[in-house]
Amino acid sequence: MADASPARGARVTYDFVTRAIARTLGHPGKGYFALLGSAVALLAVGIGCLLMLLRYGLGLAGYSHPVYWAVYITCFVFWVGIAHSGTLISAILFLFRSGWRTAVYRTAEAMTVFAVMTAGLFPLIHIGRQWYFYWLIPYPNERGLWPNFKSPLIWDEFAIGTYFTVSTVFLIMGLIPDIAAVRDVATGWRKKLYAITSLGWRGTNEQWRHYSRGYLYLAALATPLVLSVHSVVSWDFAMAIVPGWHATIFAPYFVAGAIYSGVAMVITLLVPIRKFFHLEELITVHHFENLAKLCLLTGMIVGYAYCVEFFTAWFGGHPAERAAFWYRAFGPFWWASWTMIICNAFLPQLLWFKPIRTNILGLFVISIFVNIGMWFERYVIIVVSLAGEPYERFTNATYNPTWADWGIMAGSFGWFFMWFLLFVKNFPAVSISEVKEVLPAPQRGRGVHA
Amino acid sequence: MKLENPLAAIFHPPPTPGVLGVFGHLDATVDAIGKLRQGGHTDFTVYSPIPRHEIEDALDQPVSPVRMFTLIGGIAGCAVGAWITLYMSYDWPIVLGGKPVGSIPPYVVIMFEMTILFGALSTILGILFNALFAARRLGTVAYDPRFTNDKFGIFVPCEPARAGPVEALLRGSGAEEVRRA
Repeated sequence: MADASPARGARVTYDFVTRAIARTLGHPGKGYFALLGSAVALLAVGIGCLLMLLRYGLGLAGYSHPVYWAVYITCFVFWVGIAHSGTLISAILFLFRSGWRTAVYRTAEAMTVFAVMTAGLFPLIHIGRQWYFYWLIPYPNERGLWPNFKSPLIWDEFAIGTYFTVSTVFLIMGLIPDIAAVRDVATGWRKKLYAITSLGWRGTNEQWRHYSRGYLYLAALATPLVLSVHSVVSWDFAMAIVPGWHATIFAPYFVAGAIYSGVAMVITLLVPIRKFFHLEELITVHHFENLAKLCLLTGMIVGYAYCVEFFTAWFGGHPAERAAFWYRAFGPFWWASWTMIICNAFLPQLLWFKPIRTNILGLFVISIFVNIGMWFERYVIIVVSLAGEPYERFTNATYNPTWADWGIMAGSFGWFFMWFLLFVKNFPAVSISEVKEVLPAPQRGRGVHA
Repeated sequence: MKLENPLAAIFHPPPTPGVLGVFGHLDATVDAIGKLRQGGHTDFTVYSPIPRHEIEDALDQPVSPVRMFTLIGGIAGCAVGAWITLYMSYDWPIVLGGKPVGSIPPYVVIMFEMTILFGALSTILGILFNALFAARRLGTVAYDPRFTNDKFGIFVPCEPARAGPVEALLRGSGAEEVRRA
């Protein structure tokens, strides 16, 4: 698991890593509280809108026939997508023995857990009678009827539930040795907190023996899981016969898009964390460049999927399918479709150039555009396909999101960032033991000292 | 007469007597492990801030039994997934979309997710069970907070009378610090 990064200086020793990461748990400064305050304020806006929605019902959302899946489902798919790169980086790249993942995987994994927590709220908001959310749990109703396991919505519930559980235990597992490391340098109440949460970790040979094996199997289980979850999400659409949804390419297309948006979000989050917590020597340009390459790869797959969708609609020759895609590109929602295509397919082509891949500010800007583009991708797939429904020619299909939609969406960002900021402040946001693993071990013979 | 809390023996067991060596270098630690094994010591504890294959190889431990937990959990999850979908379908049979009441292809999705869920959770249980089982003496064994930072350590349990040669062995292999516990 050697890290090919040449950028880390000789100053980066085991002790340096522990100190640098333990320092992120110290007093965070005003900037941090300003960000946390903004996140909580956004969340308050979202909660206010949600309470109004609960009081007055789904009429406050902009639904109009035939658009009954709109911003909430868009946000659901967006946040589930964001969640995907975390497990990609922590599990798939772990199995591939990519040394560079060690510096960024903890952030990505925490992002995964909080993004799934955010995504999980939206189906509950969307269902209308939110207080009956527990009907999703498979138990028979008062007439002894069970859930319909042939419905992709039930598959989705199982997939998201499993994904949330597994990514949470994976995050906690990885944290245990690092919490022990900060426990041993912390003082005061933090030492007590970390003493409890490290579950007695001391790094003995027996502990590492079971831990390393278990981690390997968790990674091996999480790898097919991450591919399955967004496939199942895509089947929510692909199993229906709506033109624009009913396509066999949906599963790989959604998985690539999910990883693409997730990697972009990792870049968006890592740039400020690296700056605020002075982690420049641990998270180097080399790591950002590798993330940018992942973005480029998945962005190319997404661009290819856009082409295939349009090509199939034309080549298949079905009038409804052709009409749906004509409507998508040149109908009243043309601006959403072209935002998606420009942000997701054209903009990342800039990443072919090394000066852009190694420019942190440039990457940050591109990653934000990718996030916007990926949100619009889901908006286009969901809203525009429904609004342009060619079997519904005589309906008045103008859809506009309302303040309740925008407010709840803003609240979801507040909810996500609040959890994320609390996490990076209170737990090691960069893996201590795994960053050490890719450093040269202190050896008597070679004169490398800890 | 002095009254003793009977739980004290469980929660605050007396420390295990022995020798603790603190090492600054990986190769010195591996060296010491080899010499200890040659000298017939088997129940010593090695501390390291990161898992290293060199230490694993020197200790020559069997593969962790956690894999059996994963396997059994995964198979059980798959079976549970098959059982809930099929049982719930036939408990109140309704034909949906012209498909058989118990139709396997859509249920594969549930079976797959349950395989992963049960497999992952039983892996965690396996790690906890094995690590706790291995740790039953942990609270009594000497430890140094530097072991999670940048030092390696070896604790060799032995009677004070026989600690001399062990101390010499640890020092001889390059321990930076050796102390009796």
